[in-house]
Amino acid sequence: MRPAFSVIFLTTLIGAGQGLFVALYSAEFGAWLGVWAMPSEQYFSLGCVLVLALLGAGLLASFFHLGRPERAWRSAAMWRSSWLSREVIVLPVFMAAAAAFGLAHHLRGAGDLTLTLGGAGVALALLLFVCTGMIYACLPFLQEWHTPLTVINYLLLGCASGFLLGTTWAAAQAPALLVTAAAWTAGVTLAALVMRGAALARNARLRPKSTVQTAIGVKHPRIAQKAQGFMGGSFNTRDFFHGKSHAWLRLVKWGFLLLVFPLPLALLAAGSALASWPVLAAAFLLQYLGLLAERWFFFVQARHPQNLYYQAIS
Amino acid sequence: MSKQLALVIDLNVCVGCHACVTSCKEWNTSGEAGFLSDDNPYGRDPTGTFFNRVQTFEVGEFPNTQTVHFPKSCLHCEDPPCVPVCPTGASYKRAEDGIVLVDYDKCIGCKYCAWACPYGAREIDEHQKVMKKCTLCVDRIYDESLPPAERKPACVMACPTSARLFGDVHDPESVVSQAIRDSGGYALMPEWGTHPANHYLPRRKTEITLHRDELERVDNPLKIDGLLPKPDVRAPSLDDSTSW
Repeated sequence: MRPAFSVIFLTTLIGAGQGLFVALYSAEFGAWLGVWAMPSEQYFSLGCVLVLALLGAGLLASFFHLGRPERAWRSAAMWRSSWLSREVIVLPVFMAAAAAFGLAHHLRGAGDLTLTLGGAGVALALLLFVCTGMIYACLPFLQEWHTPLTVINYLLLGCASGFLLGTTWAAAQAPALLVTAAAWTAGVTLAALVMRGAALARNARLRPKSTVQTAIGVKHPRIAQKAQGFMGGSFNTRDFFHGKSHAWLRLVKWGFLLLVFPLPLALLAAGSALASWPVLAAAFLLQYLGLLAERWFFFVQARHPQNLYYQAIS
Repeated sequence: MSKQLALVIDLNVCVGCHACVTSCKEWNTSGEAGFLSDDNPYGRDPTGTFFNRVQTFEVGEFPNTQTVHFPKSCLHCEDPPCVPVCPTGASYKRAEDGIVLVDYDKCIGCKYCAWACPYGAREIDEHQKVMKKCTLCVDRIYDESLPPAERKPACVMACPTSARLFGDVHDPESVVSQAIRDSGGYALMPEWGTHPANHYLPRRKTEITLHRDELERVDNPLKIDGLLPKPDVRAPSLDDSTSW
């Protein structure tokens, strides 16, 4: 598949926003349980502004994917069957919950109300991860995507990114929370490494179910396309082929593995030891670049069976 | 059972002339739904939106090869994966005749349905920014101002070798059902469970069996065939004239 940059920005930005919200709520929930001291109200209210900024930016990016953005409101209609429609509904509802949570903190401070609103927000954040992941995982013939690992990785990578931002935010606003937050971030990031590695290993061993034989229904083992029916390009030759070399793909794969996991973890350790939010912010930005590469690779790796019909121009 | 209109394409007969492609384009770019965009039609890299393409495959290894011309359009799947993924409901399958259609006024151009079609049957219109696909000439097949014989998709009308059959595959007596039954009709990529309504008829070995009566025309239908000239037994033969 050819990567759609609007979708890459959408999924990485909202993933970070959802992860940050889960991190904020974890801080409140732990404090409510008495595990650590309650961070300042600003940590939550301004944190929610950050969450909303990320989600808003993601939402904005998504409009660039649409041919007819003025009709975007229609996309909430088919929630009974379409994961995309479900995402379109859950995203603004989650944004509303995050806004309510931040506002409640700002106006009334931590209490039962914020705990309830935040709990609902976390449930919506997790639901949104499922919706986003299932958009890809529900397509059976995109075999690279058709696995629970897709949903798990959207969840874990989004949480890793958001927790890293939460740790940065804690270094600036709630230093008492820093070490715990850093430990949680490291744990989530390592879990994401394991599951993303599992997805890479699975996809490396995948054999396509469709072949040119099943595509045209001729059983002979040797079939070569001689003409695709037109000389210039078409939607089918543009949107389903990435046109990048194997070497470039390997480079991006190792690049994102490096940028998403070991480098931010090293900076996370350094940043939390020095209690320096700029170092942690650098870790977040570096990992975000890596996540862009990761999502790009996620698209490029998927081999669409329609490509079997477009193997030779003429 | 409800109706399911479909095409049956006989690969044994298709000669790859692209008449169905041009006829489809002509009909569908001229209708009420608006044009099918083209860019650089006479330039270096012409590109445009088509509902139907004819592709060519070579089967086997030289010199034992066979050329298969393969027309490809929307298969109007009985279980179309492109329909449930559509977030707006623009993509739908008609209950009354099984045609899979796009409501161009509802489509937001998110391309998700194209990702969800394993056959690559959908093409976005780069200017109208909505997804387009074969409509089975829905604006033609029910048009009562046309003579009944012409109430068929434009591609079927255009095919000079009658490689394209059109009908209801749920009706066991229809021409398409009979063709599927009698000539080994098959569906594309059956592994995905999409149950395409369109079927293809495979290439067949063409053999001619000649019987004696076909050579001699003993039945002599118009009574004008004369007997083959046979010399009289007493007439001189070559042997008689040379062996004196």
